[in-house]
Amino acid sequence: MLGWELPPNNSGGLGVACLQLSKALASAGADIEFVLPHYHEPKYDFMRVTSALRHGVRAIVSAKAYESFRYLLEDGSFFEVNMHDQQEAYAQMVGHLAESLEFDVIHAHDWLTFRAALLAREKKNRPLILHVHSIERDRAGGPDGNPFVREIEATSMLLADHVIAVSERTKQMIIEDYNIPADKIEVVHNSIDIADMEPLDEQNAYRYFADMKSDGWKVIANVGRLTIQKGLPHLIQATSEVVKRCPKTMLLFVGDGDQRDELLELAAEKGIGKNVVFAGFLRGKQWRDAYAIADLFVMPSVSEPFGLTPFEAAGYGTSSLISKQSGVAEVFKNCLKVDFWDTDEMANQIVSVLQNQGLRETLTDNAWQEYQSLGWGSAADRIMERYRMFHEKAMA
Amino acid sequence: MSKAIVLYLHAHQPWRLRHYTIFDAAQSHNYFDTDNQDENANQRVLKKVAAKSYIPTNAKLKQLLDEYPEFKLNLSITGLLIEQLEKWAPEVLVSFQDLVATGRVEIATETYYHSLAFFYNRDEFERQVQQHSEKIQQLFGQTPKVIRNTELAYNNELAQWADQAGYKGILAEGWDPILGWRSPNFMYRPVGTNNIKLLLKNYRISDDIAFRFGNSEWEQWPLTTDKFTHWLNETHDADIFNLFMDYETFGEHQWEDKGIFDFLEHLPKQWLSRPGNTFMTFGEAIDSFEPKDEIDMPYTVTWADTERDLTAWNGNKMQQEALSAVYSISEQIMGSGDLKLIDDWRRLQTSDHFYYMCTKWFNDGDVHAYFSPYGSPYDAFINFMNVYHDLVWRSSKVGVYQ
Repeated sequence: MLGWELPPNNSGGLGVACLQLSKALASAGADIEFVLPHYHEPKYDFMRVTSALRHGVRAIVSAKAYESFRYLLEDGSFFEVNMHDQQEAYAQMVGHLAESLEFDVIHAHDWLTFRAALLAREKKNRPLILHVHSIERDRAGGPDGNPFVREIEATSMLLADHVIAVSERTKQMIIEDYNIPADKIEVVHNSIDIADMEPLDEQNAYRYFADMKSDGWKVIANVGRLTIQKGLPHLIQATSEVVKRCPKTMLLFVGDGDQRDELLELAAEKGIGKNVVFAGFLRGKQWRDAYAIADLFVMPSVSEPFGLTPFEAAGYGTSSLISKQSGVAEVFKNCLKVDFWDTDEMANQIVSVLQNQGLRETLTDNAWQEYQSLGWGSAADRIMERYRMFHEKAMA
Repeated sequence: MSKAIVLYLHAHQPWRLRHYTIFDAAQSHNYFDTDNQDENANQRVLKKVAAKSYIPTNAKLKQLLDEYPEFKLNLSITGLLIEQLEKWAPEVLVSFQDLVATGRVEIATETYYHSLAFFYNRDEFERQVQQHSEKIQQLFGQTPKVIRNTELAYNNELAQWADQAGYKGILAEGWDPILGWRSPNFMYRPVGTNNIKLLLKNYRISDDIAFRFGNSEWEQWPLTTDKFTHWLNETHDADIFNLFMDYETFGEHQWEDKGIFDFLEHLPKQWLSRPGNTFMTFGEAIDSFEPKDEIDMPYTVTWADTERDLTAWNGNKMQQEALSAVYSISEQIMGSGDLKLIDDWRRLQTSDHFYYMCTKWFNDGDVHAYFSPYGSPYDAFINFMNVYHDLVWRSSKVGVYQ
């Protein structure tokens, strides 16, 4: 298994999905060697984690919109490398590792690991399954993106034995952008390991919001990177309409990203500067409590290959309004759905939720029921089936 | 001994709400139609159902009435459907009048607005029944003697009200937990009443036609009139077979290509071929048979879903909030004296709006979704409440706006 990140050294949902899927695959009988580009703690009892890069690197994060990568070292210092070098270094290391490791199938997550995966296959001639959590069009927020990345995605998917897409939407985009035959792409929707969700404790970390709420204020929250793909200017536009109807409305952003300042300015320009709060990138209790304090979680993504956050919101007792342009909208029933560009309708639905307790409670209760049935079990079973199929084919 | 089929078809279309946002509230008071013909859901649905169901079914029924002097049936048509027929398909209304003109079609009354007002506002319920009876009298020259409540929602209190109001008959679901060992194939008397008689839907044979007819997974599929009348003929302990169903069973819920019209066409011939078999209107059945027993239904029973209760309309908090909201403004709406406002408010009471908000089976994506114009029950609630807000606004501005 080739992956880019695992919690807690993760910048987003990719690491969480990789970890939870690996765990489910392991309990379905897979013996997993997870190869990361950096040193990783903690250790797991269900798989081995191998570092394919120099010791002492704590994490690698995208520094400038995926054009370069910042290596955060154990001692707190960092250095940056450009993407080409980063690709090359990881690929060479994995290629080298492949010679000494025993494995039956290569399962690689997202473009950053695809060249390494191709190299590993070259060395050992094992079946290659690429797992696509997002493509360049998603990340770039439009059709352009980085041509270097697009080329890696196109070539790797063409050469792979099998491609797994996290949503029907992602599958269609792979077909459109890279002309990969539809029958080679299988949709396995992401899920969530609800046993992995830390419970809430008695007191919410957001004292200020708790106080405001007792005074009749309502809180809308978004959790995620502040970047173009997430469609947040649409949420600010919609919120400015909502505030005209419901002046006691706060919008809470949890997360950081390249769009932060633009969003700040936009909020001020719309006259709702004082209604918008940026809490920054958070983990743990403060992260959980953001979901819990909210009356409505909104995910207005322009393009979201899957989008786990509405499930997390459901788990913390909050209903969601999500864009129809998300993979999760294909599977999550008990939430509100809107086109990301339709800010009037977004505002309309937000106002309804904020004004109607019955709607909030029905949404929340039913989403909770739906949440209870979530898990990676069936995804893991299907992927195990593919492992067997391609392994047998390779042995034949 | 003679046995009668009491065939009863219930025809209804709601006034569906257009997409109405909170920003429309206090701006636009047109809730039901859009200027864009293509987006006018009510007109589109009405024309579709007229073509698939009302027109061919009425033609078939007229042919059967002409051909078989013993063929009879019963109808109910909600006020809202009548309004839409008057507007977009007057020829269908004429074909209903032609059926009634044979003298062998009886019409039952109900709330004009297909509402659940009986459970929320008794005065309003009475006014809506009155309005419906008047409309039927005016269009068909019949004064209804039999009443059914929306969704066949029935309890002792309703029967007692109808008895006091002078109705000869009332309809309800023949639900096993209530009937116990008793059969729906006889006339009954509601507990605590003096004159009124109770006709109970035989849901097994009714639903064989209404729900299972086109289902090739059903072990009795395909259902032929031969097989169906054989079942009835073999049921010896019976006076009446109450076949109650939605009118739209014919051609809309069950499609023509599945043979539903052939079934209807052959039913009278096959049934009447055995001596003693006949068809009856409600009135004839009520006059012909004495009650076998008294029926006690303290709790409300409907003809919907496996639970046979009202939870498809009031089971979740959204539905409860929407119902409570719409009935909480009764006084200010009625007090406004604004007839348009009152009519709009009553159209919002139509049970369909609350049915669209049902989340009971949302996760299974079943029949409820098929009948809903909304993407989800939540969308239904949001849209409804936005219209409600505008109603409240209008009632506070009576005499000021427009």
